[in-house]
Amino acid sequence: MTVPALQLEGLRKSFGKTEIIRGVDLSIGRSERHAIIGPNGAGKSTLFNLITGRFPQTSGKVRLHGHDLAGMAPFEINRRGLSRSFQITNIFSNMTVFENVRCSLLWSQGYKYSFWNMVSRSRELTEGAMEILEQINLTSRAQLPAGVLSYAEQRALEIGITIAGGADVIMLDEPTAGMSHSETDYIVELIRKVTENKTLIMVEHDMGVVFGLADYISVLVYGEIIATGRPEEVRANPKVQEAYLGAALEAEH
Amino acid sequence: MTDTYQKTATVTKAPVFSMAQVAPWVIAVIFLMVLPIAFGSNSAITIMNQMMITIVFALSYNMLLGQGGMLSFGHAVYMGVGGFFCMHLMNIVEANELPIPLPVLPIFGGLFGLGLATIVGSFSTRKAGTVFAMISLGIGELIAACSVIIVAFFGGEEGMPGDRTYFLPFFGTEFLRQIEVYYLIAFWTVLSALLMYLFSRTPVGRMANAVRDNPERAEFLGYSARWVRFFSFCGAGFFAGIAGGLFAINYEILTETNLSTTQSGIILLITFLGGVGFFFGPILGAIAFTLLQSVLSLQSEIWQLYLGALFLATVMFFPGGLAGVLMMHVPAARMGRLGWLVGPYLRTILPALIGIAGLAALMELLFHVRHSATGDTDMTLFWVTFDSHSILPWIVAIVATVGGIWLARQGAPKLRETWHRANTPGAAKTTGGAA
Ligand SMILES: Nc1ncnc2c1ncn2[C@@H]1O[C@H](COP(=O)(O)OP(=O)(O)OP(=O)(O)O)[C@@H](O)[C@H]1O
Ligand SMILES: [Mg+2]
Repeated sequence: MTVPALQLEGLRKSFGKTEIIRGVDLSIGRSERHAIIGPNGAGKSTLFNLITGRFPQTSGKVRLHGHDLAGMAPFEINRRGLSRSFQITNIFSNMTVFENVRCSLLWSQGYKYSFWNMVSRSRELTEGAMEILEQINLTSRAQLPAGVLSYAEQRALEIGITIAGGADVIMLDEPTAGMSHSETDYIVELIRKVTENKTLIMVEHDMGVVFGLADYISVLVYGEIIATGRPEEVRANPKVQEAYLGAALEAEH
Repeated sequence: MTDTYQKTATVTKAPVFSMAQVAPWVIAVIFLMVLPIAFGSNSAITIMNQMMITIVFALSYNMLLGQGGMLSFGHAVYMGVGGFFCMHLMNIVEANELPIPLPVLPIFGGLFGLGLATIVGSFSTRKAGTVFAMISLGIGELIAACSVIIVAFFGGEEGMPGDRTYFLPFFGTEFLRQIEVYYLIAFWTVLSALLMYLFSRTPVGRMANAVRDNPERAEFLGYSARWVRFFSFCGAGFFAGIAGGLFAINYEILTETNLSTTQSGIILLITFLGGVGFFFGPILGAIAFTLLQSVLSLQSEIWQLYLGALFLATVMFFPGGLAGVLMMHVPAARMGRLGWLVGPYLRTILPALIGIAGLAALMELLFHVRHSATGDTDMTLFWVTFDSHSILPWIVAIVATVGGIWLARQGAPKLRETWHRANTPGAAKTTGGAA
């Protein structure tokens, strides 16, 4: 039996008295594309924050490739091969777009805290960054401060920073939010391409994207997973229909 | 310094270092070599030595503030302690006739500064922002207080004197003359500036910027914000220590004022004045400050007031400092349109300068009337001697102030308009031409 890429066991999180994540058990296999859907405020982003070490959990366990992540800081979790994007764009706005991407390559290319290498002398860094920029269609913006990009461009950069390091578990929190149809189609193809043979965990409200990309879907409602399975199973599940999907699918049309 | 050049250079696989990168350094070296030939007087060299030491100190401070986003109120401690350590070394060398040449002394100051920074940084860099600022202030006060307690190291109130001439002659040089010290300091200034510049181009130097902008996201890229800050902090301590060593060589004495929070405040002021956003900003700040200080302090007793006003004006109107103001003109310069601005600039800045001079004259008059000995009514201002108790100088000063400011305000809209047009690609020089 192979170890799942990510495994959650009885995960709980309370903010003060309110329990936001109320016992989540989930196992996500290697090279699986897994979407987490659910109504606003269900706790999807909170779940991401628990997994990536942004918040400590109240109880329960998170395992990445079988390793317990308890007490690890985000940078330690990232070094174990997990990378995430944010629902609210979280970039280095005073640095150029190019710098943003190059910085996200540094650790994965093994530079660590080096103060004896010149970043501009490394061909791998420069070309790696240019390649990512090409993929996210920001080559022409390379030398602009990231803060002056349009909203959609910043979202693309957010994804670029997340995928640049080549992590094998990639978590995207609403990657297509605020994008136009054509931008969404493009980003979905990009996500499909860069997560080839990788594990993808994605929160997404756009059902077209979810059913187009995901191998598995989990539905989170009020901090609990009410269903998990293949897209067609989830779609047919009456509980899901009632709690979320019916309304969400209707909104699509 | 030359960010854009650098990137295009690497993408097209240019030689190891491009011309645009090397040129400023070559020019700086040549400039520093010929400077004493143009200004050879002892007083000029004294000012230039002070300037260079301040440059190293300010650049090291900007490793924290500009590049790492750490606001320190106690950076003088690292320069001071490095300097004190060098004074002791100087005395040890003298007492034991150790075969060490003087030019290597600053490196020991640097290492001592580094040592102290390693200890302090291990707990102060955990958080940036207010926590860091408060710890830096606390440590600054603590070590300044130590200077009167640990007399053996800090020499108490008299400070710690020494003599630089007992070192092993360095290629026949014994550093008896100011000019020899000048070249020693110039060498270390260029070397330190170059190393600090190169540091900013390394992975940890780049991540310092990232952590400054968004420490949280940096953590999700595999970097501990705290360790990134720690490395910048250690680097800043090292180069501050070098500045301390240079100070020790130049002045042959260190006192408690070298450690004081006043000194820490001044370096913050200098760095901000020069501009924290560009590598060369602190260099401009150090030059401008040292010049102002040495010129103004000879001319006026209330020169610190002007310095304070200048700092205030910088913070409020030019947060990018001198470097920021300079770099603002780059887009217009690229389009070959700087000439457009000359006329409007003259029509605004000239009256503004007259207005400022008038205001300064009012301050000086007031100060003279209030503080000069009774009966002493003669004062000299702007090369004119007059009676400060008569009405005419007051009228002249008030007219200059009001008139100058009024004229400057008249010129401002035109300047703003021309500025806008000079920075809009495709725009014509005048509205008439565009129509
Ligand atoms: N740091 C926090 N402190 C207190 N409450 C929080 C915190 N973060 C989230 N919450 C609460 O937890 C609940 C779930 O929020 P979360 O952002 O995880 O929802 P979500 O499923 O991502 O929603 P959306 O689809 O709107 O992004 C919300 O009620 C929110 O107010
Ligand atoms: Mg969310």
